[in-house]
Amino acid sequence: MSHFSMTEARPSPDKKNRTISWRSREGRSIIYQIVAILSAFALIALLVRNTLANMRLRGIQSGYDFLFQPFGFDISETVIEYAHNSSYFVAFAIGMLNTIKVAIIGIALATVVGVLIGIGRFSANFLVQKICYAYVEFFRNVPVYLQLLIWYLVFAEALPDLDGAWNAGHFYLSKNGISFPWPVWQLGQTLALLGAGLGLVFGLYYRRLARTHFDLTGQPRPVLWVALAATLGMSVLGWLAGGAPMEWDLPKVGEFQIEDGGALSPEFMALLFGLVFYTAAFIAEVVRSGIASVSLGQHEAAGSLGLSKRQTMRLVVLPQALRVIIPPLTSQYLNLTKNSSLAVAIGYPELVSIANTTLNQTGRAIEALSIVMLVYLTLSLITSALMNWFNASAAIQER
Amino acid sequence: MHVFKSIEARPMPGQSASPLAWLRVNLFSSTSNSVMTLLLLALGIWTLVSSMDWALVHAVFGANLQACNEARGVGACWGVITEKGRLIVMGRYPEAEHWRPIIATAIMLGVVVISCMPRFWNKALPLVWALMLVVYFILMKGGWMGLTAVDTDQWGGFPLTVMLTVISMTLAFPLAIFVALGRRSNMPAIKALCTLYVELIRGVPLITVLFMASFMLPLFMPEGVKIDVLVRVVVGITLFSAAYMAEVIRGGLQALPKGQTEAAATLGLTYWQTQRMIVLPQALATVVPSIMNTFIGLFKDTSLVTIVSLYELTGALGLALNSDADWRPFKIEAYLFITFIYFAFCFAMSRYSLWIEERTAVSKVR
Repeated sequence: MSHFSMTEARPSPDKKNRTISWRSREGRSIIYQIVAILSAFALIALLVRNTLANMRLRGIQSGYDFLFQPFGFDISETVIEYAHNSSYFVAFAIGMLNTIKVAIIGIALATVVGVLIGIGRFSANFLVQKICYAYVEFFRNVPVYLQLLIWYLVFAEALPDLDGAWNAGHFYLSKNGISFPWPVWQLGQTLALLGAGLGLVFGLYYRRLARTHFDLTGQPRPVLWVALAATLGMSVLGWLAGGAPMEWDLPKVGEFQIEDGGALSPEFMALLFGLVFYTAAFIAEVVRSGIASVSLGQHEAAGSLGLSKRQTMRLVVLPQALRVIIPPLTSQYLNLTKNSSLAVAIGYPELVSIANTTLNQTGRAIEALSIVMLVYLTLSLITSALMNWFNASAAIQER
Repeated sequence: MHVFKSIEARPMPGQSASPLAWLRVNLFSSTSNSVMTLLLLALGIWTLVSSMDWALVHAVFGANLQACNEARGVGACWGVITEKGRLIVMGRYPEAEHWRPIIATAIMLGVVVISCMPRFWNKALPLVWALMLVVYFILMKGGWMGLTAVDTDQWGGFPLTVMLTVISMTLAFPLAIFVALGRRSNMPAIKALCTLYVELIRGVPLITVLFMASFMLPLFMPEGVKIDVLVRVVVGITLFSAAYMAEVIRGGLQALPKGQTEAAATLGLTYWQTQRMIVLPQALATVVPSIMNTFIGLFKDTSLVTIVSLYELTGALGLALNSDADWRPFKIEAYLFITFIYFAFCFAMSRYSLWIEERTAVSKVR
């Protein structure tokens, strides 16, 4: 006769008599973790020890004191004051600001181009559809580094010399880049900017009013035009209040370069073009897949409510597509920012170029690279935080 | 008094399949559409004609410097590729031995292509890979079986591009699996270590990782140990792409229903048995298209290694033309040539990725 005997029941999990032993799952997990952390620390300790030994052997100095020594190189483009004897610290700050500058402008332009191309994939026009498709396939299948080099070659070689600079009015285009008139900054400009800000705030306020009105009565009000008019009108008012300054800083052909006025260097233009055209291809794909993710029923339902194609897109499809679009869009923005580091190859003085010069000058690779990594990590975190906030506002409002 | 008035019914869609009807629906459906079509057609024809004019009609195909200089500005000088093409594609590899990288790369690409076909996904595949790698390095490095030794700093051009991509990917793949599993582990310390690694790497550009690999790796080594530039770069790219791939694999792991691991647990499988036999085969199969995208990204990113002085395709172009004042003016033609190579490979890979995506989508339909 065989007795059926049950395996002993496991101890109830809330018993607190955990002992660290190899035979319990909890015990093993604690042991694994201790081993993992210890080996991580051991690895780091070994690397630090080797590094210190190697540095002693090769006579490499370490420390961040170099930051306060003079950088000693000219920097072609500076957002803040830079003198020949400015310190490495200032040079790094300029590098960082140049990175941020190209990243912000690049992100704005790439978003515009990418969204247009992405929506173009759904155009009723066959040619527009196919051209957008060809654009995406071409630009995303060629390395961005190669694209940068090509743009730089175009700007550095295909454009005319200073003597034969193409000009239209006060705009000049040559190997020196683009020069254009720029208003001389006075009180009027500051007030105009202030006015534009106020107009924008009013526009946002009006949007809320219009929405409440719509919820109550079902009557739509034109929000975009009112906001636009308010912003423009207020900025003109500000400009008038500041005495309507009309002075322009005009570029003129000098001996070695085009002087005065606003200017964009060929390096900046090449970097911007390369990044924008490359990233726009990816953004277009993100937008396309976002729009494609909205089910056909939504289009049909909107159509049966009598919404026009444009209204369907704006009121029904895009708000839903946005939820799918934002997370991958964020990583494209981060990619653009990170890819701006390729400027080191064409000589635009952004963060990595400055770090590269620094480590060639001082030999302090670890210090220079640590600064670069810290800045990029911070920029990534800020971008992600902003986009997460935007994402939260686009998310479905559930109970 | 309001009278309800319905809007006019739209015309019936797709009345006929004649070309004329197709034109009307797809190109001339409204006035604005017609204007757009005509504008784009005009622009397209103009672009096509002028680029054909430059690239074919007035182009110089022979390696004739004088003719090239005369055609400058009006026609392309494809002669630069006739003249320098070999140097661009092969880099600094000794010319007499060019057959070796050609054969080695062909074998490597062949094995990659085989691995892309689902019918060959079996246990023999890792063996084939191991064999391929042995043959590849014997062929490339030489110094054995009567082959002259070729130092790694002479490897270059397209073979180096392929090699960097394939080797880094092969090394990154297992690492990525462990990191992905680690990020989903119940153990907080392991999870934290893996998350730290992934987020740290993904937060910085590849170029800083390459700089670190080329400047800091030598410092990390014990006294007297020297590591080759190629090895340093491979380590850098591997660590970089493993972080991205780990995220892709984690996506696949997350998509797997929890019932699978629970069922495995009731069968009495251990953690590693569960992962190896139940979880990973399903998770990896769903992320093949995304892994392919990482592969394409890596293929393009290898162009950056020029910056730490390894001369793969893009770098070899600079090597071939920068020092030659005669041919340097025709760099744009050479750039277009390698653009075409990159495009051809990346486009083919993205088509494959789409195909495999459709295939997995089909297999999920019951």
